[in-house]
Order: sequence, then C-alpha cells, then structure tokens
Amino acid sequence: MSQPKVGRRALLLLAGGVAGTAGSPAAAQVPAAAAASPAVPVGYTFLKPSEAVFVEAVVTHMIPADELTPDGVELGIATFIDRALAGSWGKGDRLYMHGPWKTGTPNQGYQLPMTPAELYRAGIAQTNAWCETTHGKTFDRLTATEKETVLQDLSQARLKLPGGLPARAFFDVVYQTVMEGMFADPIYGGNRDKAAWKMVGFPGVMANNAQNIAIFNDGRRFPNEPVSIADMS
Amino acid sequence: MARRLPPVDIVIVGMGWTGGIMARELGPTGQKIVVLERGGPRSTEEDFAVPLIRDELRFAQRTDLMMDTAKDTVSVRNNPTEEALPMRRLGSFLPGEGVGGAGAHWNGVSWRWADHDLKIRSTYEARYGAKFIPDDMPLCDWGVSYAELEPYYEKFEYIAGVSGKAGNLRGRLQPGGNPFEGARKRDYPLPPLTENYAGRLFTEATKGLGLHPFARPTANASRPYVNPDGMQLGQCQYCGFCERFGCESNAKGSPNITVIPVALKNPNVELRNWSWVQKVMLDSTGKKAVGVAYVNVQTGEELEQPADLVILCAYGLSNVHLMLLSGIGKPYDPQSGVGVIGSHYAYQGTASQQMFFEGKNFNPFLATGGLGAIIDDYHADQGFDRGPLGYIGGSTITAGGSGGRPIGYRPTPAGTPAWGSDWKRATAKWYQSALSVNALGAVMPHRQNFLDLDPTYRNRFGQPLLRMTFDFKDNDQKQNRHAAELCTQIGKAMNPTRVNPAFYPRSWSVVPYQSTHNTGGAIMGREPGTSAVNTWLQSWDVSNVFVVGASAFPHNSAYNPTGPVAALAYRTAEAIRDRYLKRPGLLA
Repeated sequence: MSQPKVGRRALLLLAGGVAGTAGSPAAAQVPAAAAASPAVPVGYTFLKPSEAVFVEAVVTHMIPADELTPDGVELGIATFIDRALAGSWGKGDRLYMHGPWKTGTPNQGYQLPMTPAELYRAGIAQTNAWCETTHGKTFDRLTATEKETVLQDLSQARLKLPGGLPARAFFDVVYQTVMEGMFADPIYGGNRDKAAWKMVGFPGVMANNAQNIAIFNDGRRFPNEPVSIADMS
Repeated sequence: MARRLPPVDIVIVGMGWTGGIMARELGPTGQKIVVLERGGPRSTEEDFAVPLIRDELRFAQRTDLMMDTAKDTVSVRNNPTEEALPMRRLGSFLPGEGVGGAGAHWNGVSWRWADHDLKIRSTYEARYGAKFIPDDMPLCDWGVSYAELEPYYEKFEYIAGVSGKAGNLRGRLQPGGNPFEGARKRDYPLPPLTENYAGRLFTEATKGLGLHPFARPTANASRPYVNPDGMQLGQCQYCGFCERFGCESNAKGSPNITVIPVALKNPNVELRNWSWVQKVMLDSTGKKAVGVAYVNVQTGEELEQPADLVILCAYGLSNVHLMLLSGIGKPYDPQSGVGVIGSHYAYQGTASQQMFFEGKNFNPFLATGGLGAIIDDYHADQGFDRGPLGYIGGSTITAGGSGGRPIGYRPTPAGTPAWGSDWKRATAKWYQSALSVNALGAVMPHRQNFLDLDPTYRNRFGQPLLRMTFDFKDNDQKQNRHAAELCTQIGKAMNPTRVNPAFYPRSWSVVPYQSTHNTGGAIMGREPGTSAVNTWLQSWDVSNVFVVGASAFPHNSAYNPTGPVAALAYRTAEAIRDRYLKRPGLLA
C-alpha cells in the first residue's frame, strides 16, 4: 500500500501559519501533495505552532533525507511524537507521580515532576530561549552546524537551560521518541511506508518462521518484505 | 469498614506460575480455594491475538503487560547512605501483572539449579576453605538437595513443554547436552529448538576453545505438544516477539495455557481478578493468619477474606512487601544483622561483547524466547577454579537472541554518531550483521543489599513502598569483569570484522533493562533464626502462611530462576496436600 508524502511541514506551509521554514533547505524538498488521503490524518493535536516547528526541525536534522529514506518529517516522525505526547503515555500513564521530588543519582532514573508531554513542552521553550539568547533566533532557524552543536550539547548535558531543566532529561525524551517514531509500527504515524524497516531489513509483524529458521541459518539474508499491523488488519 | 466475606479454606495471593501451580495441585484436595489476582484476565484469543500482540511500541517500550508503576513500585538506592527514590517507570526489571504474571511474558528459559547452587556454602568451604567466603557475604545452603528437587524439576519441564537435550541421563553423559547438569531421570519432553546462525557460530567457536556448548533449555515448544494435563501447545514459529509479549501460537509454556486453566476447571477453585491484597491479617497473638485484606480495584471496596491457610504467590518482591506490611517474621536490620525478612536480596550480573560481521546476515528477527547456544563451563563446572580469580559464583555465556525488534535493537560500531545520515548508514549496514555474546552472572548475598519498607513514598493505597538497597559488590564486580573478558575471548574466536569495547555494569542502575530475576528477601533454610521460611516455604513465625517464589532464594545463580521457582512450588504443594492439611502446623 502506498501512502502520500504529505509532510507536516507542507501542511504548515500551506496553512501559512509558520514563518521561518520557507527558506530552509529541507523545505525545498517538500513534494507535491498526493491525491489520496493519508492513512494517518495530517495535523497536530498537541504541538503548538512554535513547538511543531521545533520538533520538525529536530526530526529533519536527526533523520535527514538521503539515499536510505526520506527525512524524518516525511516519515511521519513529528506526527508520531505529537500523537505520543497527546496520548496516555505523554500524559504520564504508568509513571509514578508522587513527591517529594529529589534529583537523586543517575542510577535512580527519571525523577522530574513532569509527564513526558510537560517535559517536552518545557524543554522546547527553554531550548528555544537558550537559542534566542545565544544565537538571536529559535532552534529551527539555526544553521545545520549550529543545530548539531545544540543537540550534541543537550545530549552531553553541556548546555545550561535557562529554566533549570536538566538538558539530558529533555534530550533523552526527544531522542527516545524520534527513534520510536522511526521504528515503531506505522500505525502510530511514523515509519511511513515501513521505510525504516526496509532500511534495516526488519520484516515487521510476520508470522510463521518454523521453516525459515532452518533455511536462513547460514548467513544468507532473509528477504525484506515488511508487513505491518495495518497490512494484517 | 471492610466487608467480611464467608471464610474459605485456602487463599492464594497472585495468579502467575506459582499461584497457578498451587491452585492446580491443591484443587483436587477438595479444599475451597480462592485466588486473588490484582490484575485482569488474559487469554490468547483476546490479549495475544495477531497482529495486535506484535507491537513493539506498546508491549516492549510501554510495558503494557507489566506492573503499572503509577500504582505501585519500589524505591531504589545503591547503598544505605543514599536516600531511596521511587522507580518512577519500569526499566531494570519487569514484574508482571494480571493472570499469568511475568509467566505470560517470560522468554521460557528453564534451568535445574543443582547442588553447586543449593549447597553453595558447603561446596565453597570444602573446596576453597571457609576464609574464601567474605565476612559480609551471608552465604547459605538452601536446605534442599538436587536429588530432592529432581522429580519436581521434571514435573515442571513436562507441564511447561521445555525444549532441550539432556546432558546427564541417570549419571551417563549425553552428547549435545549440558555435561555439567545434575543427573536427570528423563530427557526433556521436547527436542531443542532449531539452531540459528548466531548459535551455530557460537557453538563452533566455543567447541574450538575446548568448551561445551549446548542448546539453551527453554519452554518454547519445538514441536506441537500435549502436556500431562492434556493441555495443547502449538509449535513455536520463531516470530521474534516473545519476551515482553504473550504468545499467539500457545507455543510458549506459560501458566495461562497450562496450570491456570486446569486449576479453574475445578469448581473448588475460584479466581477473583482486580483483587489487590494489602496485607495478611493475623490474630491477636501475631502467630496465626486469619485471612487477607484486599481491595476490589474496580470498585474501591475493601474486603476481608478469612482463610485457614494463606499462600503468597505474588512476584518475589511483592511477597516480601506483603510480609513486611503484615508483620510476618522479623524485619532485617542491616546495622545489627538481626532479622531475616528483606535480607539476602540479590539480582543478576551481566556482561556482553558486541561484534560485527561484514557480509554475514544473522536475521535477528527469526528468533524466540530462549533460542541460543550456551556454555555452563564457567558456572556449573566445579573444575573451573575460582581460587585465582577470587570470586564466588560464575556466569553462563550465550549467543542467540530472542528477537531483533528495531526500536530496542540497533547495534552500531563504537564511534558511530547517534543520529544523521552516518548513523542511518551504519544502522542499515550492521543491523543484520551484528551479534553479541552475553553473560548472565550470579549475585551473592551481601549484608548491605536488602529490602525494607520505604519511610517516605507510598503506593496508591497509602501503603509504604518496598525499598530496595542494592549494588554489585566486590565479588560481583570481579565475576562480571571476568565474564566480560570471557565474552571477548569467545567473540574473537568467531572472527568478527569489528568489535566494540566489552561491557559490564560498574554499579546497578534502575534505568536500562537487565534481568527480571530479583531474588531473596524471604529466604528458605533449615534454621528459623537465619531464614524466613523452611524448605517447604512455610513461614517459621506464622505457620499457616507459605511464601512461594524466588523470594525464597538465598542467593542468585547464573541461571534463570523459573525452574527452581516452579520445582519448589510443586514440592510445597505436595507437602501441603500430603502433610499440612492432615495436621496443620510447622512441617519442619
């Protein structure tokens, strides 16, 4: 099943609601909207416009278009993140949310009094504030080199966010959701056309390998025809 | 005011492997049995259906089948000088919830722990002298021998449909099996799984090093199978969605498709889902249990279920939690060393060597729970001299794998960026061609590794959380470092193109997944002063309470724990049926 390549970025551009993306290199690659309606409807349910621009910029930077896949926005990763944050996981499902709140040691794991959605929102605001102070513009308008440095510094906790949010905690949730959006079943909005599964050779939601296990045990490659939940539903 | 229900003979807390075994074995006695399970029902047809169950995000990342840490969790710290903080989401280990417990989503690896574990203190004293055992390591023999457990191991293997190859049949070594296992009367009920490429390479390499590889024994049915209760298991389809998932083919030997449905055919056995037990109620003497207090989590109603006999069959950690909340036995005090409830908490060590093989495809998604080749040479082999290495315990070392689901499994060579086109190229290039050799290591008890009640944090009912104080101590560090060296040696013998630095944990973190093999806290033994339960898992202090599970283990081995968890449960069920019910009181 083919899916149209309507990026969230394209939607924003069409809506005319966002300034600043039109001149970016990635925006030049936006394809014409396809005629068929997408399997996952376009549009954001959690991310505010400035947050959507930030997330799209991160996703496009981390998952650039190249010979392997379209860029992360085209893959639906920003949509995946939006839905994850809008849904039960983003709202703190399965998260123990009682104080008192202490920093603890790294070995004690996540200890912030925020749900993933709250953490994302705070992290975007503080990272953009840091970028404005340091570079005079928000993250999405930085050069690729500047974006790379900001992300590296967040990941290494070298960047001191103005609201006191631990940089690494924000980076961790961003990185986790980018990778989930890339490799989760396409039913969640990312991994469009199973592109990430095709990229690595993961066959997806497959079933009967009692014979295959005996055949493909000499170093040869299993044929890559990935199957998703929607394909079997 | 809690509503008091009509009394029953036996109340069982938790409906996983041990609760299912107890209900299955005690149902025919005619006793009226109620099983209280805090989670919901689970069926293959509804809960493990394809394609629903093949969802890595929902089940592996978001841990949908496991304990909900929003409602109850543990607090954690590395040592008593730290302040424990709540484990706010699952990571290091994954206790189950709902019918089947962790048995619904386990991999299936099934070992017989033998005398080198069950008689660990006497074994090491005899070989290396008493001084070899550090003063801060309260190492204990378990009080049972392999010969005593052997029939119960066999019973479990035939109920669960374990695939494997005997290595020692009535004292005669068998080619293709584990030469270091205890003598068994019967072979496994099913032949080993079909070996994958990773297992083949590992087998060739370890044989070349003079080691003794064999197929890891596991309750993933290599062929269709009907167990002694008439329950049917399908053939494993190597779908790669095993650990953290339920099995749509009924090919994973889980309690959901074996002991539990058999138990529930008996009209004497009643399962009540959504029933969260808060404590065992004791009489005024504190020496006798009169039932349990629980909450219906769908209505919030508080209930009391009177019973003559209470059997705790929750996850091991929850068993200890309930004992502490109920005041059964003397809580362990790490300062004085007095008390037993919460002592001997142990975990498992890990080590790994990640490698890359240009041009070879391992197809990591053609996999199942316990698939793989493994060696026991550095664990069960008593010829392996620990003297120069200075540690007690050992490691099993394996290659194979339970799946290649790509959110969680994307190895790249060290130095690869974490994102960008170079990351994509490395991920695409090596996903199929990566292989790791992994060690699972023992953990010995330590006086500063223990469980007690948290002074600050509380669960959804306002009860104190269980507090876990744990780190890998000197003995464990030596063992894990050695295991990492062994993984590297074996890995290099497999002729990889590239290798990453070997890994072992320097300290315990609650964040990355390591092992759902938490042991101890209510340990078994022959003496009431140094153990919580006798070898029939009966509380020394409250003799109509039995505490069944890995909570009874005085130390942790380099094996997965379900074999002895189940064997001890069968042994306890038999003792209750044949002895306790005829004459209630201490069995030892």
